[in-house]
Amino acid sequence: MSKDKINLSRRNLLKGITAAGAASVMGGFGMSTAWAAPKSVNMGFIYVGPRDDYGYNQSHFEGKSAVAKLDWVKAFDEENVPETIEVVKTMESMINLNGAQVLFPTSFGYFDPFILKTAAKYPQVMFLHCGGLWDASKHPKNVGSYFGYIDEPVYLSGVIAGHMSKTGKLGYIAAIPIPQVLRNINSFTLGARSVNPKITTHVVFTGGWSNPVKEAEAANSMADQGIDVLTCHVDSPKVVVQTAEKRGIMCCGYHTDQSVLAPKGFLTGAEWNWSKVYSDYAEMIKTGKTIPNLVRGGLKEGIVKSSPYGKVVTAKAKVHADKIRKQFMDGSMVVYKGPLKDNTGKIVIPAGKQHTQTDIALESMNWLVEGVIGTTKS
Amino acid sequence: MNETEMGYMGVVIAVLGGAIRVGTPFLFVSLGECLTEKSGRINLGLEGNLIMGAMSGYGVAYLSGSAWLGVLVAGIAGMLLGLIHGLLCQQPRVNDIAVGIAMMLFGTGLAFYLGKAFIQPVAPRLPALALGSWSDSSVLRAALDINVLFIVGLILAPAMAWFFRNAKWGLIVRTVGESRDAALAMGLNVNRVRLYATMAGGFLAGVGGSFLSLYYPGSWNEGLSSGQGLMAVALVIFARWNPIYCLYASLVFGGAAALGPALQSVGITGGYYLFNAAPYVLTLAVMILTSSSKQRFAGMPGELSNR
Repeated sequence: MSKDKINLSRRNLLKGITAAGAASVMGGFGMSTAWAAPKSVNMGFIYVGPRDDYGYNQSHFEGKSAVAKLDWVKAFDEENVPETIEVVKTMESMINLNGAQVLFPTSFGYFDPFILKTAAKYPQVMFLHCGGLWDASKHPKNVGSYFGYIDEPVYLSGVIAGHMSKTGKLGYIAAIPIPQVLRNINSFTLGARSVNPKITTHVVFTGGWSNPVKEAEAANSMADQGIDVLTCHVDSPKVVVQTAEKRGIMCCGYHTDQSVLAPKGFLTGAEWNWSKVYSDYAEMIKTGKTIPNLVRGGLKEGIVKSSPYGKVVTAKAKVHADKIRKQFMDGSMVVYKGPLKDNTGKIVIPAGKQHTQTDIALESMNWLVEGVIGTTKS
Repeated sequence: MNETEMGYMGVVIAVLGGAIRVGTPFLFVSLGECLTEKSGRINLGLEGNLIMGAMSGYGVAYLSGSAWLGVLVAGIAGMLLGLIHGLLCQQPRVNDIAVGIAMMLFGTGLAFYLGKAFIQPVAPRLPALALGSWSDSSVLRAALDINVLFIVGLILAPAMAWFFRNAKWGLIVRTVGESRDAALAMGLNVNRVRLYATMAGGFLAGVGGSFLSLYYPGSWNEGLSSGQGLMAVALVIFARWNPIYCLYASLVFGGAAALGPALQSVGITGGYYLFNAAPYVLTLAVMILTSSSKQRFAGMPGELSNR
């Protein structure tokens, strides 16, 4: 690495020394090497938006706050870090100034190229990315990803929505048609149609993760169309939930608990439970266990949960949803099983075939299930 | 008409409602910018005023419990930013465009910094006039829930046009904007007139911001303005520095912004990026159709073009 003696910049020299140091300590095995139990566990968290947005970023901040309570953990975070070269600066300062052993850059767009490049430069630091992007064949060993099957509680929200809707029309306000978003829309619709097969879900893609004016316009247009239960997949559901409440229709939350924003119409919601995930990671590092590159889980593993039921939810709906929740908990519930048609009439899962939650095939979903009014094409 | 199946009629109503709901902030910012530019100065920083107004209005409404006090404070916050812009620009060899960009970044950054505490709390909203209460259709009623601020803007636009045409002060603003030399010959204090015009313009932009946070969409967060302030500055050129045209242009842009979501909700789901871009395509088309390489835009203040 340092054969070309003369034109060694200071940066490259440091990089070389660090890499050599790390390689000699860790034997070059990257993450699979057990850690010598450190005195404190230093964890850095990076969010793309504000910590208290009632949404995705807040859910991670709540997770960070939970590990920060452990006296052997040092947790630090930075909010509003854009998905640009900025995040590299933030990661480097967390590594060099705060001594981070593990970083959690939580936004989807941080991964490629920012995490991948920085991870190659700092092989002694772990980069755990929230999302499903890590691929053993392509990506460095000190990178990993963790994600929850949030479509399980979304399915339960769909069941509740299916019971509560009077018009049989549900609305989904989504940012952009990526697999995770489509999977939530499909699970919500399948949940609702398990109650009433005539139900349809109307989808509006706003084209961005945070676009309050468009979200409010979408919510209003949907209320105009007789849609009586709204839910969403955007960074902060606050505007959608508040607009639904203002228009006197019902809503299901997402990311965190939004029940206080809609005391009349809130039904339930799908929430992340990152405090469990982050505490588990901290424990693994403390005890020197091997950190798995992929961490996945749903309701059973406690990575996701449902918001408490709202006041208007009927007893019948609760009983039905709780019954399915039990099946999720004991692993007997399979959402995606054939025969299943998409909304253009094509069979996407043939009869007799089923995809369990962990099936990687579900993570490249590019179709909308029958009953969804919308298209994945922009 | 079936209550639950508005269909394409729903799109029309959504676009009309959206024109009013989404267009109001455009209206206030563009009227403010129109006033400033008529005095011969460009304030590109109104995006900063808008966001600062949105944040301070929301914060004050939350702390005091009065949404109207929030609107007032939002205006004052915008006016103070206008004051800074005006004072900086009257220094020798200072470029108002550059100051405007600096003020935009300053206003936005300050609002994000001070607004941290107000992302979660729920502030009281501005009340709406239920002009649709005669109708049985909840859809029409929702579309006709019109905010008082929109009505204020509706009156303000012709009032400002009248002011420019007939009032002494309006003539002074125009003279200063048209020709510095003529204004000096008349014994007018050019810098002071421009300072006041910038402050008044900043006030209106701040009020426009409070509409965003206190009425529609009605909450404060950092993604609240997706460039509405900048768009409104461009609207003024589009509207040929005429307050009445500012009103029309704001309504068109508001309606165009509502078109994309409304079409998707009735099942026209393709090409939503294209529909979302409709306002910008419209602007480009109008600018190209009306531009000329031989003369400046009709209505453009003379001081804006000869620098």
